[in-house]
Amino acid sequence: MTLNFFEIAFSFPEILGQSGGLTLDFSKIVPNVPFILQGIWVTLAFTLVSAIIGFSWGTVLSIFKISNIKPLKWFADFYTSLFRGTPLILQLALVYFSTPQLIGYAIPPFQAGVITFSLNSAAYTSETIRGGIMAVDRGQREAAMTLGVKYPLMMWDIILPQAFKNILPSLVNESIALLKESSLVSTVGALDLMRRGQIVAAEKFIYFEPLILVGIVYYVMVTGFTWLAEYLERRMRLSD
Amino acid sequence: MIRTEFLSKSFGKLHVLKDISTEIKQGEVVAMIGPSGSGKSTFLRCLNLLEVPTRGRVYINGVDLTDPKTDVRKVRQNMGMVFQHFNLFPHKTVLENVIYGPCKVKGSPKGEATELGLKLLAQVGLADKAGAYPSRLSGGQKQRVAIARSMAMQPEIMLFDEPTSALDPEMVKEVLDVMKGLAQTGITMAIVTHEMGFAREVANRILFLEGGHIAEDAPPEIFFSTPKSERACQFLEKVL
Repeated sequence: MTLNFFEIAFSFPEILGQSGGLTLDFSKIVPNVPFILQGIWVTLAFTLVSAIIGFSWGTVLSIFKISNIKPLKWFADFYTSLFRGTPLILQLALVYFSTPQLIGYAIPPFQAGVITFSLNSAAYTSETIRGGIMAVDRGQREAAMTLGVKYPLMMWDIILPQAFKNILPSLVNESIALLKESSLVSTVGALDLMRRGQIVAAEKFIYFEPLILVGIVYYVMVTGFTWLAEYLERRMRLSD
Repeated sequence: MIRTEFLSKSFGKLHVLKDISTEIKQGEVVAMIGPSGSGKSTFLRCLNLLEVPTRGRVYINGVDLTDPKTDVRKVRQNMGMVFQHFNLFPHKTVLENVIYGPCKVKGSPKGEATELGLKLLAQVGLADKAGAYPSRLSGGQKQRVAIARSMAMQPEIMLFDEPTSALDPEMVKEVLDVMKGLAQTGITMAIVTHEMGFAREVANRILFLEGGHIAEDAPPEIFFSTPKSERACQFLEKVL
């Protein structure tokens, strides 16, 4: 054992030497940088569309959850447990690979991703939105009721705007998670930021440089998004 | 105009209202007073079905509110309600609060509703606050806006649930003055209040509730000078 260890220790520099050591050479990927950066739009479009559909569907589910109609409540609860109880990457694989098998439609990777992420995100946000609705003072509901406002209108005009204001920070977190998790669509071949990094890596046989570039881009996007959210939150607090 | 028959309400094992049968006629200004826990707020809230009675019936203009076939929303449009905690919509301006009912429930044109809204705000002395958000107003101002919001539906009946209990002492008068003005217009009013001076001056009938019953039902000049029940005597001794 000890002998082995020494051998490895001594031969390690040699291995490093063979592969070029720790010398990083970003110049090798310079021609590929535009290709990688174009993935920003794919990732952003993907996140935005998934977030919009996911939050809308999540709102509907949250209203099911507080509904007096039991089957709607059961459905929403079961739906949530299903999407929270299985891995996202499995859901994505199911949508992408089984859609052609089941209905004969060759679903494009982007579409499969948007569908999966919207459905998944709705399950998580429906819980958040439900909490936000419950936190709105019940007097608001009573005031709307005594004016004779219809339930859907009351939800839309009075309750949801206040609920969303309460949960804005949570929704920002959910969106950030969505942005990062969107890299999973690379596994079904959508040309997002992550996938582009991998393609360049495979082409050039260098891994660190393209992947670290992709990592930096993700980090900048998330940080920028957080700043924007903080700014919006401050603006909204002004009306208090 | 308002009639209750054997109205009872229980919260679990707690019997808050016990077989209350009474009638409020058109144009009457009825003050409901009594010790806390006597059921006066619950009684008021049963009148527009914010609390669903456990037993008994509530008739508004001959329509049985407790009948499942009754469109409660329609009846409520004719009954304004003012709450202890105002329950203004915080994300809408003062004017938007006032015209919300006419615009969204009655479908009045916006111009017409605005005209009415500004007139009502002028009546409660807040024409200059039309564009402000509720968070910028004092408690007394908020309550006057809440009264204007209810009046904007042009109801025949107004219910007041302890409208001055959450106010600083120096703001009570401005709200009571507005209510006094309202009482002179001939609108039917049911007021749960602790303001004995106001009840004596403005109401033309006092309902004294105690332990879920109407213990005394008399004109104010008789109730305040020669109360019949012992409980009413004790109560008046403490509050006057």
